[in-house]
Order: sequence, then structure tokens, then C-alpha cells
Amino acid sequence: MTAPNGKKPKFAMYWAASCGGCEIAVLNIHEKILDVDANFEVVFWPFTMDAKYKDVEAMEDGSILLTLFNGGIRNDENEHIAKLLRRKSQILVAFGSCACEGCIPGLANLSPAGEIVHTAFNTISTDNPNQIYPRTSFDVPEGEITIPKMFPTLRTLDQVVDVDYYMPGCPPESHQIGAVIDLVIQVLQGKAKLPPKGATIGAGNSTVCDECTRVRNIKTIKSFHRIYDVDIDPELCLLEQGVPCNGPATRSGCNARCVSAGAQCIGCYGPAEGVIDYGARLIAAFASVIDSTDPEEIEAILDGIPDPTGQFYRFNLAGSLLKAARPAFEKA
Amino acid sequence: MNNNETFEPTIIGFTCNWCSYRAADLAGTARIKYPPNIRLIRLMCSGRLDPTFVFKALASGADGVMITGCHPGECHYLEQNYKALRRFHLIRRTLKGFGIEPERIKLVWASAAEGAKFASETTAFIEEIRKLGPLNWGKASNQSPVNSDQSADDWSLVTDHSPKEMPA
Repeated sequence: MTAPNGKKPKFAMYWAASCGGCEIAVLNIHEKILDVDANFEVVFWPFTMDAKYKDVEAMEDGSILLTLFNGGIRNDENEHIAKLLRRKSQILVAFGSCACEGCIPGLANLSPAGEIVHTAFNTISTDNPNQIYPRTSFDVPEGEITIPKMFPTLRTLDQVVDVDYYMPGCPPESHQIGAVIDLVIQVLQGKAKLPPKGATIGAGNSTVCDECTRVRNIKTIKSFHRIYDVDIDPELCLLEQGVPCNGPATRSGCNARCVSAGAQCIGCYGPAEGVIDYGARLIAAFASVIDSTDPEEIEAILDGIPDPTGQFYRFNLAGSLLKAARPAFEKA
Repeated sequence: MNNNETFEPTIIGFTCNWCSYRAADLAGTARIKYPPNIRLIRLMCSGRLDPTFVFKALASGADGVMITGCHPGECHYLEQNYKALRRFHLIRRTLKGFGIEPERIKLVWASAAEGAKFASETTAFIEEIRKLGPLNWGKASNQSPVNSDQSADDWSLVTDHSPKEMPA
């Protein structure tokens, strides 16, 4: 695994359609970042250093040992860099929820791209009296200038290129990042082996419920509530109290942070091991604990979840079986 | 939409081993005719129906999904068909958010003696889906990445919110 002639192996990190939180999470490993520097040569990381795409293009294929790629694929720049880094990297990690399953940017798959642009440039919260919209190319005296072209939907990294490992979380917890870095360094030193390709790293194999310390009994739900509408028992399972908590379908690895702090799990660690469609698993779980056999009463109870699609697919829409809502696919 | 006259819907039907599968069997032995658009999958119980099956069916090209089970109170496993009932309601609500007509999912209770009911409900559902037209989900979702040469000017064509003019 070591590079020839004693040089340090190369490391890259990139952000596509993302918020930057993953980069912060990596820096949040504190002094362990020095281990990264001691063991790797950072060749490309737009967040922390100046680097040009053409520098990466000039590198030999497979010359980067490890690339952490965060963000979904929303435009042709994202796609270009995803393919470029795939070619240049030996190990490509889908890092964070956006790259793994679309995350919050993936929720834009509920709307047509045109509507997204409209919302960004021409709604009441935007001061745009001349209705100026971005153009992907424009002629100026010096020549043509361009900006990336937006795709109709956001895709996950593995819908575009081959991915070696998945590291979920929005963002991945820093202690998990630290553990993964330790592992990679041990692999470099020949003290450990890499997990099998396609594995999920830096997370548990179970569900958030398994890590949750709240008391669980038999669940019988007569109504769902927003968490701010009810007095929450600090000891009792949130779902049992009628708060839609996504723990039953969500991968463990975060130490059940939100639930411990009194907020429901919203599912940022993505589908638990073996779950194909995150939302479907949650539908199964929620429907199982509703205490009614009468269709009308069931409908009334379900009114307590006003936006089921958002509730069940907040992080997983782009990575779900259906991938996007119909309006995003259809041209008017 | 395609021409609905020539459109032959693909329906995936989930049947339970103890009631509705036997109803379908009875419809067969009794020579009751219903259109061949439905593909039946036998489960041990409607409670075995993982909502994933429904999403997978639609994402893979099915135009509708029919969930069938024992009548309420008659489940071989006591109350699992109630779970199916609740999942059915929640699946329909969720599909609405995806822009998929909730009517594409149907729930039918059929006992082992109700071959005629199974056939007539199936026929009615197929006709309903025929009216709704093809879902084309598999094709639609595979198309999305291909449109990579869509330009900014095309965005405005996607919706009614097109800018009136594009000043230089």
C-alpha cells in the first residue's frame, strides 16, 4: 500500500453538491489531522488549499491512494470531477450522506430543476427586479465564459461512478472519522487489512434504536405529534410517545446523539445494514405500531405525519428505489 | 402519455397463502376469466408485505400494485393483515409525495372462497390503471442522468416560471 521510493501516499478530498459540513467534520478530528499530514501528502482539497482541476488532470491514473468524496452529483462539474477522481484514485470513498444517498440536496429531486432555479433567483425573498437568470455560457470580448450545467436531478456518487467504500452521516461523526483514519494508517503500516469493497465504514451495523438508552415497551400509537407540541418524557422511547423518530431504520454509529439530547432521530446515518429502501423500512415500522384496525381512524392518525415523503426520505431520496419525484423527471 | 387504448398495464399482485392466493386458484379452477395483466406473487401473509416490494415493483416498471389478504379478523396469523392495511395507507400517502397517483395501489380482501371477487376486483383495477396510463418509472428515472447536455436555457422550459426576458 505504500507509494514507491518512500514517498508519502497521496490524499484528496472533494466537495460536490454539499454544504461543507463534511470538511468541517474532518477538521474536527483535532490533533489527529496531524496524523493525516504525517502519513499522507494532501494533493487536492479545495476546502483547505489552493488546487486546480488541471493539476489533478495531469496526475497519473491511480496515483492518489485515498479520496474522500462528499456531495451529490447535481451538475456537470460535479460529474466531471467524480469521474476524474475515480480515475486518479485507488480508493474512492463516498463520504457523508450527500455522496452516499443524496441527503438534503437530494430533496430537490421532488421539484423540477426549472422550479429550483426559479426559487433561487426569482421569488419574493430574492431582489432580482430585472429577472436576471444565470446562463451556462456567455460571450464576452475576451471569449466565451461558462458555468456548470445543472442536471434535472441530483444523483448519488455511486449512481455515477464505482465507489469503494461508504461512510455515512450528516456529517460523519468526528470520532468515526478518526477511527477510519487510524485504520487506514494501520493498513499503510501493514498492521490491518482493508474491509471488503463496498463496505460501509465508520458506522455500526445495527440501528440507532440499538444504541439508544431510552426505555422501550410495547408501542401502541394513537396519535403522532411534532416534538415541540408535547411534553417529552426524558426516559421513554420517543416513538412510543408518538414522536416520529427514524431510529428503527437508521444505521447506528452516532451513539444516538439526537435521541439522547431529546430530539428525534431524523435519519442522517442512512439505511441500516440490509435495508434496501430506507423510507419503506420506516413505513413498515411506523405502520406496525399504530394502534388501530379501522381505516378511518388510521387515516386520522396518519394525519399526524403531514409530510410522509419528507419524513421518510429526508436524507435518502436520491438513493431510494424511486430516486426522485415525478415532476423532476417530466418536462412540461 | 401513450395511447391508453393500446396500453397494456403491468400489475404486480401480492397474495397471501391462506386466502387470496386460494381465491386466485379458485378463480382458475372455476374458469373465471380476468385479463392477464397481473403477475401474482405469493407471500405467506399480507403482513409479510415489505413496502420495499411495492416501491421496487413501481421503480422496475409496474404500473400498479395490488395487495391482497384475508378479511379483517380472519388472518391466519391473527392480526398481520391489519399491519398490511396500515402500511397500505402509509404507502399511498408517501407515493403522493412522489407525484404517483395513490390509486395505483389497491388493497383487496379476498377469502379462499371468493374466486369471483378476486377476478372482478382484478379486472376493475386493471381498467382503472389503464385509464391512469403508464407509469414508466423505470424509464423515467433512467433518463435523468442522460440529459446532461441540458442547458440553463432549457431549465426555464421545464416549468411555467420562465423568465420573461434574459437581459444581457
